[in-house]
Amino acid sequence: MTVQQSDLTLDGNAIGGLLREIFTMEMTTAEGTCASCGRVAMVGEVVVYVNAPGTVVRCPSCDAVLMRIVQGRGKYWLDLTGVRCLVFSA
Amino acid sequence: MSFISRGFRGKRRDTAAAGRVPPGQYVVEDFPVLSAGPTPRIPVAEWNFVLEGEIDEPKKWTWDEFRKLPTEQVTKDIHCVTKWTKLDTAWTGVSVDTILDGVGTAAEYVVAFSYGGYTTNLPLEDVTGGKAWVAFEFDGQPLHPEHGGPARLLVPHLYFWKSAKWVRGLRLVNEDQPGFWESNGYNMYGDPWREQRYWGD
Amino acid sequence: MSSRGPRLLEWKLGTVAELVQETPRVASLVLDVPEWHGHLAGQHVDVRLTADDGYQAQRSYSIASAPEDPRLAITVERLDDGEVSPYLVGEVRKGDKVELRGPIGGYFVWRATDDRPLLLIAGGSGIAPLMAMIRHRAAASSTTPTRLLYSSRSYDDVIYRAELERLASARDGLSVSHTLTRTQPSGWNGYSRRIDGVMLAEVAWPKERMPVIYICGPTPMVEAAASLLVDMGYDASSIKTERFGATGG
Repeated sequence: MTVQQSDLTLDGNAIGGLLREIFTMEMTTAEGTCASCGRVAMVGEVVVYVNAPGTVVRCPSCDAVLMRIVQGRGKYWLDLTGVRCLVFSA
Repeated sequence: MSFISRGFRGKRRDTAAAGRVPPGQYVVEDFPVLSAGPTPRIPVAEWNFVLEGEIDEPKKWTWDEFRKLPTEQVTKDIHCVTKWTKLDTAWTGVSVDTILDGVGTAAEYVVAFSYGGYTTNLPLEDVTGGKAWVAFEFDGQPLHPEHGGPARLLVPHLYFWKSAKWVRGLRLVNEDQPGFWESNGYNMYGDPWREQRYWGD
Repeated sequence: MSSRGPRLLEWKLGTVAELVQETPRVASLVLDVPEWHGHLAGQHVDVRLTADDGYQAQRSYSIASAPEDPRLAITVERLDDGEVSPYLVGEVRKGDKVELRGPIGGYFVWRATDDRPLLLIAGGSGIAPLMAMIRHRAAASSTTPTRLLYSSRSYDDVIYRAELERLASARDGLSVSHTLTRTQPSGWNGYSRRIDGVMLAEVAWPKERMPVIYICGPTPMVEAAASLLVDMGYDASSIKTERFGATGG
């Protein structure tokens, strides 16, 4: 069976719960600037790969990795280096 | 965790093949596709495999050159860190021993790197001595892009994230350098039999 | 009501009060959830199932009920090779408890206080969050001009068909257009193809009306519709998307 690539991606809405666990606030309206191409996108709009050993979030314009999130052994490993700046309301 | 969903079984999970199933794993019949990014589409006419780093001369093969190397057919169990194990998977590929044949190096580690940017790191001794292949066929068919085709690294004795999809080369290095997942929580080595999934395991 | 809710998202146990078979493959679970703090139309819940050996599976489902409704409804399409959906649609019975947390989401939400023309585009089970918006609109007695374009495989696959007909016949500014992409009943006078630019041009509010647009459904359909609208000159920032994927069922 050939799985269409687009079947494997969702958007930031799909990690709303996970980001809420980590940031303890609603994050789908947070805006992130891609450190690679400068595109500003709301978390709800980013490309999310959930079928992987961790969650990988990519820029909807240039596909660069914005975030990586791994969960295990009671911890989160969070890499936000692909986001130059994350803006969210207090 | 105290609540049990009445009557929920989830996907068929067989842990019964004792001795062949590492701790915490369950056997699946399908072949799950895991993906951290867009699937690279590399026509074989454009495909190259390179060997570089701590060696005298970098080496490069085109697809045609690569396919002239001696191949092996192997059947192996594979273990994904996301807990599924697939038994008796059949692959055709070129042994990494063949690729390294005649190459002198004092390096002790390799970094496998792929089209699309994925990387993973391994000790050199874990990809030599008949433990690793660059595989281009699965189950007798050309490897599908979703499973890493045209070719992927195959290192079945370690968690399957080490078997880099869309591999395009090996870099020999003196120090172990964490790859894509190893730099973000996953274990530098990844032995399923010692359940080395995460940092500190 | 803020979309933030309480700071920590806790798992709660909802009790299945009712099961509604919407179409042959789709059912809604209507849940009583103790201490539910309410939600906004468009938000979702995460549902977690636990087997007796501790194995867990988790999926997200849009809340299909209006915020005004005291009970929470989720609408689930049963995927034959899925892991969670065949349990929720097939095994679950009235009285069973389901573990869930939410509401989640602040991006894909619509409030009836927003009186801009509303364009809703749904593919298959993607109708669920848009139905929450439509039900919220009705409960709030809103007359906001609203157009729904709903793509389904066949007539029998149209979820909430009768309710949509009833709401559209109220003549309060809601109009519903259907397209059936695989089979159509005889005498069908709706659309019979996948959503394309011509269809959107006929159904959508003109861009001069500056509608707010919500698109929900399978990833390829959402991306195609969003691209078409942007190409047609709609402001990208007025388009909100939510992708449902085939990521395990």
